[in-house]
Amino acid sequence: MNELVRAIPYLGSRYPKSTRWILIALIAVAPLVTALFGNTWVRILDFALLYVMLAIGLNLVVGFAGLLDLGYIAFYAVGAYTWAFLASPHFGVHWPFWIVLPLGAAFAAFAGILLGFPVLRLRGDYLAIVTLGFGEIVRIFMNNLNYPVNITNGPQGINSLDPLRIFGWDLSRNIRIGDDFVINSLWLYYYAFLLFVIASVVLIQRLQVSRIGRAWAAIRDDELAAKAVGIDVRNMKLMAFAMGATFGGVAGGLFGAFQGFVSPESFSLMESIAVLTMVVFGGMGNLAGVIVGALALSILPEVMRSVAIPMQQALFGSVLLDPEVMRMLLLALAMIFMMLLRPAGLLPPHSRYSKPSLVLDKRGTEASE
Amino acid sequence: METFLQQIVNGLVVGSIYALVALGYTMVYGILGLINFAHGDVVMVGALVALQAILFAQKTWPSLGPLATLGIGLVVAVPVCMLLGYAMERVAYRRLRNAPRLAPLITAIGMSFLLQTLAMIIWGRTYHSFPQLISSTPLQPVQGVFITPVQIAILCVSAILMVALIVLVNRTRLGRAMRATAENHRIASLMGVDINAIIATTFVIGSGLAAVAGVMFSSNYGIAHYSMGYMPGLKAFTAAVLGGIGNLGGAVLGGILLGLVEAIGAGYIEQWSFGFLNSSYQDIFAFVILGAVLIFKPTGLLGERVADRA
Repeated sequence: MNELVRAIPYLGSRYPKSTRWILIALIAVAPLVTALFGNTWVRILDFALLYVMLAIGLNLVVGFAGLLDLGYIAFYAVGAYTWAFLASPHFGVHWPFWIVLPLGAAFAAFAGILLGFPVLRLRGDYLAIVTLGFGEIVRIFMNNLNYPVNITNGPQGINSLDPLRIFGWDLSRNIRIGDDFVINSLWLYYYAFLLFVIASVVLIQRLQVSRIGRAWAAIRDDELAAKAVGIDVRNMKLMAFAMGATFGGVAGGLFGAFQGFVSPESFSLMESIAVLTMVVFGGMGNLAGVIVGALALSILPEVMRSVAIPMQQALFGSVLLDPEVMRMLLLALAMIFMMLLRPAGLLPPHSRYSKPSLVLDKRGTEASE
Repeated sequence: METFLQQIVNGLVVGSIYALVALGYTMVYGILGLINFAHGDVVMVGALVALQAILFAQKTWPSLGPLATLGIGLVVAVPVCMLLGYAMERVAYRRLRNAPRLAPLITAIGMSFLLQTLAMIIWGRTYHSFPQLISSTPLQPVQGVFITPVQIAILCVSAILMVALIVLVNRTRLGRAMRATAENHRIASLMGVDINAIIATTFVIGSGLAAVAGVMFSSNYGIAHYSMGYMPGLKAFTAAVLGGIGNLGGAVLGGILLGLVEAIGAGYIEQWSFGFLNSSYQDIFAFVILGAVLIFKPTGLLGERVADRA
């Protein structure tokens, strides 16, 4: 929170206390304000929160432990499909969320360890490619496990997932107060997701300064030295994979419940890269930066969608760049220019936890020649 | 037995395309220690540019023979890709040569997506059919085993290019400079090698090979598409790792082996898994091989470098 406040130019450093309250108020009323522009914007906010959760989970692996994971979306998929299997008419199972969500997280963590074991010895770019392959394998299985036994329903995906239901209270229903005041379900989801995000942020913040977090930083900065001072590198790396995956799994479950529909299409490499871009753009290893990056890169394409399409229509008489293309273009350019111009990200990590120059796996002396 | 022979033929053809692309990966990795993620997309650009040129040639000079038309496609596509390779190196990678390790990799991923997006803007999302300029009516040299003239052409052209590249690297002055640069940038430059020129040349050669591979790939399957470069790119990278990254002969060997394993695996996977898996799992082989090689023999079959040369 403090980091977020400090990140706001001018105001944050001058009046940290009041800025903090303004920020909290903004977060609290965000759905009400955006609802003025239509409920689609609240929906976009909800998705932005899911992306925040994914990004802080990936940041744990990439930013804290220095393990570049290009298959992160697979864990999101595991969480979402767990929800789809255990809370939908697909198998006719309708378990409550407080069983399904932890189960999804546990499966995701297990998948993380499964991925972690073989790649323990790999570093840098090799690790990236193997994790990418892992993500693809998961997607191929999702796409094809509808034959001979129908498990995932193939490319069609699974429909009508149960919504988030807390003690019988269905978040997907609008609440009507009086005659003309309606609390939209999208707002409810916003606050539910917000709770999850806040819990995750607090958890990760504590984790970062704990023994584990410091061990990760040590491994990231110099694996050999970390081993020499007695850090169990193997277990710490596995833990990073598992913990990162857990957040992905929880976000995936929430995604399934919110969307009510899962299909392999939502878990393509493109999404892995999108989440990675958010982390890189915001600042690897800095929680506040990553949150800003995730919010910016998930909301900006939607803003562009609503601004650029009428503009193109007015200028050229037709839509030249459709929104999906613009999103890809934005992500690709964000990634390239960020690396060229400001490799540590929008908000570089705090020097107390790491040297910014070391967050990226530093080359050895031999290779840099 | 016939299935087996047939799959060997298919595997050899696909494998030689992988090998051509893998050469590009391995050359760049050998010199810069960088996985040029966008290399697969150069393949795609090559195929689509060639397609454009061929369509143009067919319209403008309809009397031209099919081989000449294909030649025009190649003559246009190869320089375009070479230019693209040079531009990528110049704009995106040169500045990051001494940056931390992950920076160029992330830039390369961004490059790959940028190329795909630009191709999507230019050529749209549709699958374009690629004209079959060399006959694709199958011949039957052995009873039950089919090979098309396109496939024969692919095998010949890629063999010629591979030999030419290996001669270039091992026998010429330029090749010696490339090997010296791969060994040690600083000392090579002390010996009077222009490092920047050599690295740019490496990208240019690799991209040229990728363009040819793209044309072959599209000729073989008859389609071209903005995201067609991703899978072959990934598999070619696997091939490069399998053969020992940084080693040219290894890339060729790895490419052909991977092609064979994939073709034979796809032909028999249903039988082996008792009908549970089918040939739509074909793409998994590459990833499983990649994982296994990196874990058990990270130097690859012919390589000498260690995997985590960080």
